[in-house]
Amino acid sequence: MKPDIEKLTNIATQVRRDIVRMVHQCQSGHPGGSLGCADYFTALYFHVLKHDSNFNMDGTGEDLFFLSNGHISAAWYSVLARSGYFDIKELSTFRKINSRVQGHPATHDHLPGIRVASGSLGQGLSVAIGAALAKKLNNDDRLVYTLHGDGELQEGQIWEAALFAPHNKVDNLISAIDVNGQQIDGPTDKVLSLGNLRAKWEAFGWDVLETNGNDMVELVATFDLAKSRAFKGKPIMILMHTNMGHGVDFMMGSHKWHGVAPNDEQLAEALAQLTCSTQDY
Amino acid sequence: MKKYTFTEKKDTRSGFGAGLLAAGKKNKNVVALCADLVGSLKMEAFIKEFPERFIQVGISEANMMGMAAGLTIGGKIPFTGTFANFSTGRVYDQIRQSIAYSEKNVKICASHAGLTLGEDGATHQILEDIGMMKMLPGMTVINPCDYNQTKAATEAIAEFEGPVYLRFGRPVIPIFTDPDQEFIIGKAWMVNEGKDVSIFATGHLVWEAILAGEKLAELGIDAEIINIHTIKPLDEEAVLKSVAKTGCVVSAEEHNRIGGLGDSIAQLLVRNNPTPQEYVAVDDSFGESGKPAELMAKYHLDCDAIVAAVQKVIARKKK
Repeated sequence: MKPDIEKLTNIATQVRRDIVRMVHQCQSGHPGGSLGCADYFTALYFHVLKHDSNFNMDGTGEDLFFLSNGHISAAWYSVLARSGYFDIKELSTFRKINSRVQGHPATHDHLPGIRVASGSLGQGLSVAIGAALAKKLNNDDRLVYTLHGDGELQEGQIWEAALFAPHNKVDNLISAIDVNGQQIDGPTDKVLSLGNLRAKWEAFGWDVLETNGNDMVELVATFDLAKSRAFKGKPIMILMHTNMGHGVDFMMGSHKWHGVAPNDEQLAEALAQLTCSTQDY
Repeated sequence: MKKYTFTEKKDTRSGFGAGLLAAGKKNKNVVALCADLVGSLKMEAFIKEFPERFIQVGISEANMMGMAAGLTIGGKIPFTGTFANFSTGRVYDQIRQSIAYSEKNVKICASHAGLTLGEDGATHQILEDIGMMKMLPGMTVINPCDYNQTKAATEAIAEFEGPVYLRFGRPVIPIFTDPDQEFIIGKAWMVNEGKDVSIFATGHLVWEAILAGEKLAELGIDAEIINIHTIKPLDEEAVLKSVAKTGCVVSAEEHNRIGGLGDSIAQLLVRNNPTPQEYVAVDDSFGESGKPAELMAKYHLDCDAIVAAVQKVIARKKK
């Protein structure tokens, strides 16, 4: 299916509006990474995935997605709601008591669309590989997708999974890393350098692609390319270069907006920069 | 005292191996994962029968727990296999988030638990695993007592929906339970009815409790012995009923005194029927190298320790 780039871009802007409003409303959360990955989530749920918003945990015959860096949950919740998994009004309960829309994604309260809890970093790749293995055992030819933060790669479990997938030819897996170069305490290069990520993942045996994660045309093309390279013996890794805070100029490119909520004035300023044709929740 | 005899000794881990094979034959969704300890976990028979349903993970226990969680999403029933130390403490956060909090149907199967691992010493002799696992909401914790019970438990957890921690061990010990037993998760087994003291024992300590019961009978003490194979959920009814009759308790386990079966019983009793209790357990220490029987004697986890604890608690009851 040919992507409608204009439509996707409009949705991504709406997702960004949702993110800043959600984080503002509860005065907590992680706007920076969420904004940076809004294009990824939009392309994934509105173009790439074969999925059913009438949620079924097993996901038989569907593509599956796992968010490993669970703190950017606001972006995921927005696309889930806007693709029909639950009412967009529920986004207003984000991070509040008695809500299914928890600070970090969870299955515990049965929010449709979530298949495993994440938040404690480094675990999602292993879970996704397990789900991919189950698909192979079940002769289910759909794909499994994951998203990770670049700072998250400092967790050792990631590299256990990185070794496992190529050795076992888990080639129904398309992972992505949000390479924004930032983590809570500062730039990744200062905190704990990740070095040459392409060389690392290639050395582990992955088929590595790179893309601009904030350019919808390039992002969609990369997803299409990744899909065409599935089932060829290697897991696929997309190094997705993004701007933390993308779309809101004063939040962009700095770790300072990793986990800080905007005040009323900042919210108004952000929303003024994010115009789209759809309706807020 | 009811007479228990045995004709054969085997390790409980072999009971797991046999149970896994049986569970695999019964249900095609049963899959097994192992972190480079296939021989130690006795998984060879399953692998030979179902090579496509076995996943060799390598020395990557965190990845194993995560993959097991993921496999359940496709309807699989994964059994993970490694030593108890690497099944729990090493991967606690993976179990907590990806399995327990996410309510995944993973069976965490842990061999070489406790002191009876022997010569490898304290790095491998975990004595805190029951405590860690029972604190996780929704986790079922099972510690069977011999080969037959471990085999039956392994088959039973395959049929049960929800995360389970199944703990077993390395030493060969008498087989004294019924080979055709029905294993009911959460249902204590009455080993011997008595009236003077309630001995609640789990795992390798059940046979020691039987030996202790025979010695106590010679001393004129009529001990009730109950096998608590399922530590969580605890069979509260069985514990309370027994204690109402005997009025004193000895708990016996190959685990730290802090956080194990004894604490689960004490917590139940303090809320319902405060009762004198003595612990046969490791007294908040690490283990060390040695032969299993030497270690069980040195750390006061054998039948003599149970007899001494019974005499002590009966004296407390009379005060």
